[in-house]
Formats: sequence, structure tokens, C-alpha cells
Amino acid sequence: MAKKPEYGLLIDYEYCTGCFACQVACAQEHKWPAGMGGIRVIEIVENLPNDKHYLKFMPIPTELCVLCAGRTKKGEKPACVHHCMAACMKYGKIEELAKEINKPRMVLWAPRA
Amino acid sequence: MTEDGIKKIRTTTWSGGPGCHGGCGVIAHIKDNKLVKIEGDPDHPMNRGRLCSRCLAMTQIVHHPDRLTKPLKRIGKRGENKWQEISWDEAFDYIEEKMNKIKAEYGPESMTFSMGTGRDVGAWICMLAYAFGSPNVSFAMSGNGCYSPRIAATEIVLGDYCVFDGGQWLPKGHNDPGYKVPECIVIWGYNIPASCPDNIFGHWVTDLMKKGSKIITIDPRLSFFASRSDKWLPLRPGTDGALAMGFLNIVIKEGLYDREFVKKWTNAPHLIRQDTGKLLRESDLDPKGSAQNFVVWDKRANKTVIWDSGCAGYKAEVGEAALDCEFDITLANGTKIRATPVWTKFCARAAEYPVDKVAKITWLKEKDIIEAAHLYAKSKPASIQWGLAIDSTPAVTPTATAIASLWSIMGNLDVPGGNPIARYAYNAVAYALPGAKGVIKLEDKEMDKKRIGYNDYGPFREFIWRTQTDKMFEQIFTEKPYPVKGMWLQCCNLIGGTGYDPKKWVEALKKLDFVAVTDIFMTPTCQMADIVLPATSFLEKDSIRSWWVPLQTINKAMTVDECRSLIEINFEMAKRFDPNFKWKTIHDLFDEILAPSGMTFKELQKKGWSIPPDGNPSAPYHRHERGLLRQDKNPGFQTHSGKVELYSTLREEWGLDPIPCYEEPPFTPISRPDLAEKYPLILSTGRRSPVFFLSEHRNIPWLREADPDPVVEIHPDTAKSFGVENGEWVWVENWMGKCKLKAKVTPIVPRWMVMAAHGWWFPEKEGAEPSLYGMWDSNINQLMPMGANGKDGLGTITKHLLCKVYKVNGDF
Repeated sequence: MAKKPEYGLLIDYEYCTGCFACQVACAQEHKWPAGMGGIRVIEIVENLPNDKHYLKFMPIPTELCVLCAGRTKKGEKPACVHHCMAACMKYGKIEELAKEINKPRMVLWAPRA
Repeated sequence: MTEDGIKKIRTTTWSGGPGCHGGCGVIAHIKDNKLVKIEGDPDHPMNRGRLCSRCLAMTQIVHHPDRLTKPLKRIGKRGENKWQEISWDEAFDYIEEKMNKIKAEYGPESMTFSMGTGRDVGAWICMLAYAFGSPNVSFAMSGNGCYSPRIAATEIVLGDYCVFDGGQWLPKGHNDPGYKVPECIVIWGYNIPASCPDNIFGHWVTDLMKKGSKIITIDPRLSFFASRSDKWLPLRPGTDGALAMGFLNIVIKEGLYDREFVKKWTNAPHLIRQDTGKLLRESDLDPKGSAQNFVVWDKRANKTVIWDSGCAGYKAEVGEAALDCEFDITLANGTKIRATPVWTKFCARAAEYPVDKVAKITWLKEKDIIEAAHLYAKSKPASIQWGLAIDSTPAVTPTATAIASLWSIMGNLDVPGGNPIARYAYNAVAYALPGAKGVIKLEDKEMDKKRIGYNDYGPFREFIWRTQTDKMFEQIFTEKPYPVKGMWLQCCNLIGGTGYDPKKWVEALKKLDFVAVTDIFMTPTCQMADIVLPATSFLEKDSIRSWWVPLQTINKAMTVDECRSLIEINFEMAKRFDPNFKWKTIHDLFDEILAPSGMTFKELQKKGWSIPPDGNPSAPYHRHERGLLRQDKNPGFQTHSGKVELYSTLREEWGLDPIPCYEEPPFTPISRPDLAEKYPLILSTGRRSPVFFLSEHRNIPWLREADPDPVVEIHPDTAKSFGVENGEWVWVENWMGKCKLKAKVTPIVPRWMVMAAHGWWFPEKEGAEPSLYGMWDSNINQLMPMGANGKDGLGTITKHLLCKVYKVNGDF
């Protein structure tokens, strides 16, 4: 069985503006070529009743996410968290982050890392 | 700072290329003169560690294999993409010879100097143009339709410019005790997260949303903000003026405005003659009186009192200046006239926009307009941040003056969390935007009168030190009143980006005797040049950034081959052209620009950035009350009357409507039902991509993968009715031309409108004509006419043309 993950990313996706800073920050940090990377941003246009819609962006860690082990060892934030324009991403211990889910529209990722 | 041989250099983003409007603090990690990484500076007050995708891709930009690295001289015909590398000395000699020939044969004004959007370009291109002796510096977009018009319009109303308050003037930002979180922020025609904001950091708004700011979004398109707004007003593009007038009507009718502010700080009490419809002036009452002074009616003493514009005060005590009614007044020549205060006229104008009429014009629901007006009016403080959409209509000035009047009469002007007046930090002006006067100026006032547009349009005499671009375009062909023979394009992709009707612009550039272009990559515009000069990015130069706050230096972190900064290029040429050129070194020039701050370049560089302290005229708040806005240090504003002008003295002088109003744009289903029959969809363009800056970045792999194709957003129902499916290539066409875009079928656009991506060319395709990097395939500007501007020469039709959409048959 895989090891229980200790660290993760808490994303307050209500504020994710779809700016792609996380995606490119990751590519820069880990020198990924275009088309690969540890986090990808997707756009979802949700259809709601009465011809209403909600525009949602979601950063999703991929199989390549290592939670920036090299950076966090030095006390730095992961590249995506550091640069997130909307400051809607947080890195930390999953148990601590879970306590910070104090509003709707948040997601806690435990990447493969 | 060193670590593994890596030098970490703190600097500021801002250069002619790559984007943007800059100002973020970054830390460049340099190893062996190569950029290995760039990070947001956590200590910097603008971005506080954050950084956008474009900047995070800098390693792929500065070391790009296609980077221009040496001066190139054309050896084939224009457009053949045949070049010879030459040395800088050869390049400078060649340019000097060509430009001096134009000067000798036609005069210096026949040489024009064009820039793109406002970056670390403007100051230095002006320095070059003025040293050469030409007044013709241009921002090469139709109707100068980006930022300058809004600035000029705000100056018309209140003598300065305003932005929304994100706490940028306070050392601790929005955590500063002197700051108030806006209860409501109005995002007007502006998709901040994806855009390149006008010198504010877009995501300050998301910061404030987390602190409880409510949002009103005015945008036909469902943006990030629209999705999260308390009120979203998806108005018909170009009808913002009607909405603003509707808001004014509601707040006036319901008494929600700040009456004390209106009485004390606006020209609401100044009397208007009913016989001429113009302001009553002291000279009307007294032959020795000044035509610059105005007249109010003292209700208590039942007499007129003179307002002295020169010192922004009354000449005698006033019991209570009347804001309404009509008064009989006898002029110096004995004529009896009736006069009405400005406020009465202003209210009457607003009353022409009842909510049912506004709903009909804007295609909004009455209820939504009223609720939005109430939310804004009842929030204290409330802030309005407008975007480029406001400039993108010919009636930009009537629209923007309406909006600036709105935030003023609501008491949100220069208050914490409202709309503070934005000035250059410490009044250190490098790049003079409308209204500002800096160290770099054209000394020859007579020569300035030859500036294209100067004689045609008031704002170009009063505020905007540029050519009127459409007139310049016309003049290239007519050669009247004098020929235009040369153009220096500085980081300005006129053909692939800024220029409407690009086919005609290619013709225009080909007609010129001499074209020089500076840039960091080859562009379609470079293909029209005789000489192309390789410029630096912000990482490869020393410079200063003075644009609102903070005041900061840009610090050279590395070099790339033979690239030179724009300031170095312009400085060298300016020295050659002007025997009396004032500065010996670039640092002398920096020091003179920075002098009002009391710091030299070196001193500022050590600090990194500096925010002016309270009490400095460039630091808010309440400056009109504290005598910090006017040169004479009296309370008031630096308008002609010294007051917030709800009735514009300048617009009256220019023969234009002095009170805000709505004007229907020229190519809409309402103004041109004949065209709408053939072209049933509203064509809107110019919406920003989060990964591109205007026409840049299509050659940067990390960015292109996020936004690979030029798209047109089309509503699913509309797409269905036109037989178009998601991801299919379609023609977007109107009477001007057509282009191929990829349909992005999405309900974020209304059924009646399509939104086309702009600035598209394909750096990966053939550069030589006829391809011009595949630009003719997808450049939406082929559908945009030049010359569709407002009565004051400003504004354009970017957001509201008409088109039809149909499937491309065959391969593309």
C-alpha cells in the first residue's frame, strides 16, 4: 500500500482566476518542456438553471508534482504557491490544511509527490 | 547574493518587450550571464511575491533562439525578409544619414516616431523625436484608443487622473491602518486577471474580495469577476455612457450623492447663460473682469458673487451659492439675461436617462441597473476601476467624464478605499502621459503646433502630447499639410498588433522613405523596415520606472549578445541630432528625472523602490482639502476653474458638449440596421489572454501551449444557428475584410455577440510577404476601420463592430 501522504496543496478555487502562473512557475522550476508540468489549469464553464453560468478555473496537480521538495526543504514555498497571482494556494501538512477549510469552494489535493 | 554561482538580482519589470505595463518586483537568478530562473520578490509592495505567467516564462524569452541580437539592414525589397547583419556604428550612421535627409528635404516634422502601449519606451522615444526636432510622437492605435483618452477625460473633470485604491500608496498596502477596504468595487469593462492592468496590480481586487469587498461587474462577457459578482451587468458593448448617465440619474433623483461635496468642490453653482448656453463669466458682468472667472448666485444676499479661478476662491463672502432655480442677471452691456446653475443643467441632463430608457439602450434589465446603482451608492467607500473598454468607443470622453463625475459626486474622490488621485510618485515624470509634464519635452512651442492633430482636436492641445493617429495615417497618403516621409517604430507591432486596417498600414509604411524598427523579435512590422535594431528586455538594462507608485529603478542583471536598451539607442541618436543635447550620460538624465524625489538613481537603486510619504502631493488622501493639488497650494483642483467640473470649461471652449451624455456608436444594430441585416452579430475584440501581452508571446512554448489558437468565442445557440461546432475554423467577416479564427463555443458570451482574440500572427510561419508570419489569416484588425473616432479625435470601435460568422471549407 502506498505511504499515507503528509503534505498537500489547499486551493481556494473560488479565487482562482485562471492566470496560469502556477503552471508556468512549475515548468520554470522543474524545466519541463511545454506540454508537461506538475500542475495544470483547466477552465470549466458550468451551466446553471435559468440560463446562468459559473466560470470556474481549477489548478490540478499532475503525476509530475513533487510538491517542490527541493524548495520546501530550504523553507521556500512550492513554485506554484509562491507565484499564485490570486494567492489562493497553500502548501502544508494535510492535517493542518484540512483545518483551514473554513469556507466553501475549496479543495485539498494530496498529490502523488 | 550568491548560491551555487547564482547571482540573485532584484529588479523591476518594464520594457518595450516583452510585455507589460510592468512594475512588479522580481528576483532574477543569473548564472554565467544567463537567466536560470525568475521569481516574484516577496518584499515588493506591488506583487508581494506573485508573478504572472508571462514573466515566469522569461527564461524562454531572453534566451529564445529567434531573439534579435544584432542590427539588421534590409538588403532585399521591403517585405522580402532579406537582411544583412551590421555593426551598431554602421546602423547609427545609416539612420543618421537617412533621417537627416528627410529633415533637409521636408523638415523634421516629416519624421514620425511611433510606440505601442505604455512601457519603458515612451520617455526615450520622445527624447529622440524632440532632439531630432519633430513633434510627431504617436501611439499608433486608432483614436489613440488606450488609456490616454480616459486620462484626458478625467483631467477634464478633475484636473488629475484617478485609479482604484488597492492600498498602493501605503507602506503596508491594504493592511495599513490608513486604508479602508472598499465596501464595493465596480469593475467596469475590465477583465483584470487576464489583462495587463493600467499600472495597478489586477489581483489586488481578488485580495480585497477576500476581505469582503462586494463586486459589480460591467461587462457583456462572463468574466471571472462577473461569475463572482454581487451584480453583473452584461451590457451591450459601447453603451457604457448610457449606463453611467443612468447611474447619475438614480443617485441624483434619490438624493444618494454627497451634496456637501457637490456644493463645495464642484462647479455645480456656476451659472450658465440661457441665451448662449455657455458659462457666465466675470467679464460678462464687468468689462474689466476676467473671462476665466465664473459667477454664482448667493441665495441669501440675492446677488452674484465672482468665483476667482486663479486662486480657487470666491472674491466675496457667499452666504449660500444656489444650485437650482433661474436668476435674472444684467450684463455689463445692459442686456438682461436669465441664468441657471450648472447643477440644474447637469441634473436635467441626467434626467434624460430614466432607467427604462437606459435599459432599452444597454439591453440590461431595469431591476439590475437600479440594484447596481444602489449597491454602489450605499457602499462607503466604493471604488470604480475601469478598463480599456471605456477607451474603445468613439464617445470615450462623454462616457469617461460621466463616470468620473459619478465617483466625484458620490464622495469617493481621493478618499481611502475610493478613487484616489494618481500622480507620478514625487512628481518624477519620465514618460509624460496626458497632462503630465516631465524633464523630456519639446522646447519649440511653434514646432509643437505642427504636431498632427494639434489644430484639429482640443485634447491634443491641452493634454495629449501625441499625434492623432488616424490623422497621421491619412496624412501619409495625402501629404497634406506636409508629407510624412519616415517612421521610427519603437517596440510597436503596428502591422501585427496595434494597427487597424493593416493592409492599408502596409501600404502606408511602404510609401515612406525610411522606416526603422526596434524590437526583441522579428514581427510583421519589422518586415517593413529598412533597419531593425535589437532591443533588450528589462533584465538587460538600467532604467527608472516612474508611473504612479512606487518610484523604482530597473537594474541590469545580464546582457544578451549585442542587444541595447531603448534608452541607450535613443540617447546615442539624440546626441547625434541635437548639438545642444542636455545630458552627458544616461545616469545624468535619470538623476534629473528623479530630482523631485530628492534621490539620485544610485540612491533609489539601493532602496529598490520608494513610496511618497503623506503630505507629498503625490500621496493621498483628501488632497483637495489640504491644498496639495494646486501649485498655489490653495485648496481645490488643478482644473481651469479650480473645481471638479461637472460642466467642462474646456469642452465648452472646444465647441463640444460640456456635460456628459450618451452617443450611440457608429456601427451597431441600432445605428446601422442596414449593416446589421448582413452582419447580424456584434463583433467585439481586444479581450486579453492571461498568457499573452497584446501581439507578443506567440513564440514562447510555455505560453502558447496555454492558448494555442486564435479563437472567437461564440454562444452555443448562435454557433448552432450558424452551423458551427466547437473547435472548427470559421471566417469572421464584415465589410472591411475577414479572418479565420477557431470557434470556441461557450455560453460566457451573449447570443448576440462574438468575442474575437486579437494580436494574432504566427512567428513559426514564413516571415516574407505575402505570408508576413501568416498574419493575414487571423489578424482581426482586418475587420476594423481607421478613422471611426469621437468628436475630440479620441476613442475607437474595438468593442462594437458588426460581423457574420461561417464555417471555413477546406483545410486550414
